[in-house]
Amino acid sequence: MKDLISNINKVFESRVRLGIMSVLMVNETFDFNSLKDTLDVTDGNLASHLKALEERGMIKVNKQFIGRKPNTSYSATDEGIAEFRQHLKALENLIREY
Amino acid sequence: MKSESKSIEDIKAIRKIMEESSRFLSLSGLSGVFIGVTAITGALFAYLFILDGSIFCEEYFRNHPAEETVILKWQLVADAFFVLVLSVLLALYFSIKKAKRDGKNFMTPISRRLLINLLIPLATGGVFVSVLLLQNQIQLIVPGFLIFYGLSLVNAGKFTFGEIFYLGILEIITGLISAFLPGWGMLFWIFGFGVLHIIYGLAMYRKYEA
Repeated sequence: MKDLISNINKVFESRVRLGIMSVLMVNETFDFNSLKDTLDVTDGNLASHLKALEERGMIKVNKQFIGRKPNTSYSATDEGIAEFRQHLKALENLIREY
Repeated sequence: MKSESKSIEDIKAIRKIMEESSRFLSLSGLSGVFIGVTAITGALFAYLFILDGSIFCEEYFRNHPAEETVILKWQLVADAFFVLVLSVLLALYFSIKKAKRDGKNFMTPISRRLLINLLIPLATGGVFVSVLLLQNQIQLIVPGFLIFYGLSLVNAGKFTFGEIFYLGILEIITGLISAFLPGWGMLFWIFGFGVLHIIYGLAMYRKYEA
């Protein structure tokens, strides 16, 4: 029982963070505005969750210019992918256990 | 108990987001039906007004003097081009409409990836078929269209409904068979671009939209 809970990762506790990681698991990169549309959240909300995930090394930020417009895109790090997989497995186990 | 239902909800949300962010789901099934009807109409138009009631257009080319077939050839090209443009417009129109109805964006990283993956084999096929046309290899034009179109669908299938992949396989098979049966191009055109699209469109419409 204790094992099950310990694999639930606190970093992914919010819906927005789950959403960000889900998108980045199946897409190599995804830009800020498309993330915002997909998850249907505000700029500020998304930015703060992205920051938190970045600080913990779950995702990395790529800043580049497309023409003159700055474009920020995100991708999951290897560590982030591994941690998220573990988190998913823990969620699934939790359901099965009850 | 509470954490169980929350976990189930989380997993559902994760699945939905993964699905929606990796596949373009606004592709309209209904447009498939209209594209099929357009292809058949184009073929009937060619049959009635350009080829004077002959479905064996290769034979027609052989039995007529070269000067006459040049005009014919370009009339057929214009007809096919018109069908192509109309089909693309129909697909775009119905898909944009579907995206709007579902409150989704039409231009997303996924729809761009879908377009690029669709266009690479399709543009290659377009150029290749033009070469066939210029070299008077009339009997290979319909097989060429069908095979390259099938390959584009197979390639694009990863980014939209999985059914597109199977439609692509069927188009490739139709194209390959038609390559073995020169002379029956128009019937294979009607089957590949007409009948298959209509069946696919109706099936998709019933499954996802109705």
